[in-house]
Order: sequence, then structure tokens, then C-alpha cells
Amino acid sequence: MGSRASTLLREEEIEEIKKETGFSHSQITRLYSRFTSLDKGENGTLSREDFQRIPELAINPLGDRIINAFFPEGEDQVNFRGFMRTLAHFRPIEDNEKNKDPTASEPLNSRSNKLLFAFRLYDLDRDDKISRDELLQVLRMMVGVNISDEQLGSIADRTIQEADQNGDNSISFNEFIKKVCL
Amino acid sequence: MTFYLVSLLKFFFSAKCKGAKDNNHLLYKPYSNAIIAKEPTSLEEEIKEIRRSGSNRDLDHASEFEMSDIFYFCRQGVESIMDDEVTKRFSAEELESWNLLTRSNYNFQHISLRLTVLWGLGVVIRYGFLLPLRVTLAFTGVGLLVVLTSIIGFLPNGRMKNFLSEQVHLMCYRICVRALTAIITYHDSENKPKNGGICVANHTSPIDVIILASDGCYAMVGQIHGGLMGVIQKSMVKACPHIWFERSEVKDRHLVAKRLSDHVEDKTKLPILIFPEGTCINNTSVMMFKKGSFEIGSTVYPVAIKYDPRFGDAFWNSSQFGMVNYLLRMMSSWAIVCSVWYLPPMTREEGEDAVQFANRVKAAIARQGGLVDLLWDGGLKRGKVKDTFKEEQQKLYSKMLVGTQEDRSRS
Repeated sequence: MGSRASTLLREEEIEEIKKETGFSHSQITRLYSRFTSLDKGENGTLSREDFQRIPELAINPLGDRIINAFFPEGEDQVNFRGFMRTLAHFRPIEDNEKNKDPTASEPLNSRSNKLLFAFRLYDLDRDDKISRDELLQVLRMMVGVNISDEQLGSIADRTIQEADQNGDNSISFNEFIKKVCL
Repeated sequence: MTFYLVSLLKFFFSAKCKGAKDNNHLLYKPYSNAIIAKEPTSLEEEIKEIRRSGSNRDLDHASEFEMSDIFYFCRQGVESIMDDEVTKRFSAEELESWNLLTRSNYNFQHISLRLTVLWGLGVVIRYGFLLPLRVTLAFTGVGLLVVLTSIIGFLPNGRMKNFLSEQVHLMCYRICVRALTAIITYHDSENKPKNGGICVANHTSPIDVIILASDGCYAMVGQIHGGLMGVIQKSMVKACPHIWFERSEVKDRHLVAKRLSDHVEDKTKLPILIFPEGTCINNTSVMMFKKGSFEIGSTVYPVAIKYDPRFGDAFWNSSQFGMVNYLLRMMSSWAIVCSVWYLPPMTREEGEDAVQFANRVKAAIARQGGLVDLLWDGGLKRGKVKDTFKEEQQKLYSKMLVGTQEDRSRS
């Protein structure tokens, strides 16, 4: 009753989200109430400020980048579907999913999609390469003022040297995958 | 009174069962179905864990920076988006089963006719019968307080005045307690605060004051308000010394500290009642205690207050509704049920500074009340978090990177 009725999640929507993201019914309702509690403007979408109000996120050195990942290119608001789609990347991979229909499109939380999410935290301009500058930017965010430019530069150079295989002085997605896991 | 409570509980239970039987809609929030399960570990441990599981490299020659380090911050960030410890403390606690109050209902859908009828009956009882009764009592209580304390103000200072003032305060607060149908259980009354001490308690709503003051006499501390509140404050201070500050004086920490310590040194004056969190929290946790009251150096009497949310949620969300609205909601709930524990007095120990002392008292209160002990500042309800916390994380991470470099240059 009251204003909440207009923001209730309909059954059909829950089913669609379930199919798209793989979250269970109760997980979706739980995350929906989380979404609405973050949505201070009560307009059904979240803005960047809504995310920054979470203290634990605000003190995360990569907080801004992570928040960015929720917003599609050039947009300032994210609705519940978009919110769930991004969160779906972090759902643990369950065993029974490996036997699913091989012709179905890759689930959002596949290993490759998880790695792509992390890759995109580095690759700000989305050109599918992590350049030295982009690497430096992320490094600077993580260490703050505690390491000098020269030291940071040499860390970046060393990292690119070790990961780069085709000699273009940047790290592609495949090189990234090889670097972070076997 | 207990008969009332027991029958209410039976009523809720039967309502819930009926609802659940009619339909397999979720009537309540199964928050036992948490999405994240994590144990607390440090930044260093977790990053090492990630490096170990990913890279095939020998850890003795660990490079300073690994690209996978980003996963740690990434996961922390997304976990805090899904659920964090702080923001949920500033809104009312969720109940496991509905208590037939619309306000504590988050997912109301038409479940069954029977439940709606029960709810309607509840509305009639609460608004038609309980509310008018309570409002009358409240006006009586407050009115008596103002009138009687003003009369006592004319008496000369002395034992008679103090005695009468105590009786008047107690009586009026007890009427207010009835006005809220507050059912309070006091534990360990032998630890009740004595003169010259400071009583600290966790803060959930303005009602905390009424609950504590109906069982003992305290000197209140606060800002002078205008309007009805101001009238009450001015007349109270005629009968016995309370510490009211002008708005401008509140900012001056030295002035505040001086007045407080002057008060506690005078042993004839009543113990001071302070809520060190500085703001209302929703009674599931205790947040950071401001160190001001712990610097004064007198005995601290901790008190833990825990409300039972099934009968009425006492939390005042000041950004959601104002005082009058809040009081109306309180008076139209079923009842306010709470437990008060008087904890043994504590004093600051050798080598302990005010902050450590404050945290020790906070931990004791949290333990007794069954609340979560948080280090976060209640001020985060309205304000932004300080950058120093982010800088701390950055420092920790930098140590990981640079530390290994120093080892290298040595070898």
C-alpha cells in the first residue's frame, strides 16, 4: 500500500532477469530491495552519487572505476536491469551450468566475462588494449601518493614487458588472460 | 501488560500462518538468505591469496605488482554495493514476519481477505482507541511537567527542592511512558548511575530519554530549541540543573567540556545523560562514540537499550519524518517494548586515551544489547566519509609493492 506499490517488481520482470543473469528468485528480490534503498531519489534509477553514498565503496581506491562499470557509455543513470546485468558478472560459476545447452549464448558470469570486466577497469578508452598510460592511471589510484612517479613508471614498464607478447607495448585481452591466470 | 503482549504475539503468529497457508507468496523477508558470506581478512592476505591462485610463478621471486591485484579491490567494491555494514543502520530494521503495521511492510501484496480484515481490525483498535487515549496521557504528562517544575522553581534551593523536583520529574516521565505504552524491563538496577557520573547509552530515538528518566533522575544535555520543546526545557531547568546550550555554544568544544566537568564535580548535582553516537541509529548496531564525554575523567555508567521491533519500531529516521509525525507513529503502534541493562561503571585506565576508552565502553554496550559493534561514524547518515580511510588503504597497498623492492635492493 502507499508509494511502494508503484515500485514493486513484477513477476514477469523477475523471470526475465532470472533468465538473463542466473540469479535465483530470492536473490533478485533481495537485490531489488537493496537497489531501492540506494535509490534516494526514488525514481527507479541510480546515479553515481547514490553509489558514492556507500562508505565502504567511497574509500575503495578503485571505487570510481567500479561505479563507472555500471553505467553504459555516456549515461548517468542505471536502472534495475542494468544494475543486475553488471552484478551478474560476479555470480559464482556453478557446476550444473557447465552442462547447459552449448548453443546458448555465453552466460554473464562466465570466466571470460569476469576477466573482461576486470580488463575494462584498466582499459578506460575501450580500445581493447591497456596502454602504459592506462596502467599508470590505475596504479596511481591504488597507491595514492605513497610511491614516486619514477618508481611507478618502472613498475608499469616491467609489467608491460612481462605481459606483452606481440611487441606493441600494450596489453591486449588475451595477453591479460595469460598474465592473470593459467 | 504481559497478557497484552502475549496475546498480540499469538495474534501475529496466527495472522502469518493464515497468510502463508492461503498462498505461497512470500509474506516476509527471508533475510537469512544472505548473498555474501565473507570472513574478515586483511588486504595483504587477500591479495597474496589471489596471486597464489592465479600465477604459476614461484612466490619467492614475487614481483611487486601483479595485474591480478585489481581483483581484490574489484571484489571489495562490488561486495559493498551488494550489501554494506553502514547504510542499512540508518533505516528501520526489517522484520521476519509482518506485525500488521503498514509501516513495517515492504512487499505488501494482497495476500488474503482474512489477513486484510485482521489488519483493518488492527487499524481500528490502534487509531480509534489506543491513539486518543495515549495522546491525552501525553498532554497530561507534559503539561504537568511544565506547570509543576515552574512552581518548584519558586522554592529556595535545598534538599526539599531537590526531593520535590525528583518526584515531579519521575511522575511526569512515568505518565509519558504510559502514553507510549512502553513496556520496559530494567536489568541490574544496582548499577544505576550515581551523582557525579556520566551515563552513556546507545541512541535510537528521543524516547530513550523518557525510558531512562522514568527510572532515575538525570541532568539532561542538549541544545535549546524553540517552540514547545524550548518551553519544556526552560521550565525543567527551574527545578533542577540541566545543561542546555545555545546553538552557537554547541560548536565550542572547550566550553561544552568545561560546563560538563563543572557539573560532574558538584556531587549534589544529578548524573549527566549523554548519547555519544550523536545521532539516532536503528538499534541493530552501535556506531562510533564521540570522545568528548570520555575526556572528562569521571566515572562512566554505560547503559544498553534494546527495543523489540515486533511491536513497534522505535527508530527515528529524522530524514524521513519530523518529530510530530514520529510521535504519532509511536503512539499508534501496538506498544514499545524494550530492555534496559545498567552495566557496571567504568573509568579510564592508565595509558588509555579517550578514544580507546570510548571504544571499550561501546564494546561493552554492544555485547550486552546484542548489537553489532561498528567503528563507522554515525555522522555518515548525512555526511561523506573522510578521505583518510581511502588513504589508509592506499598506504597498505603501497607497502606491499614497495616493500618487496626494498628487499630486492638489499639482496
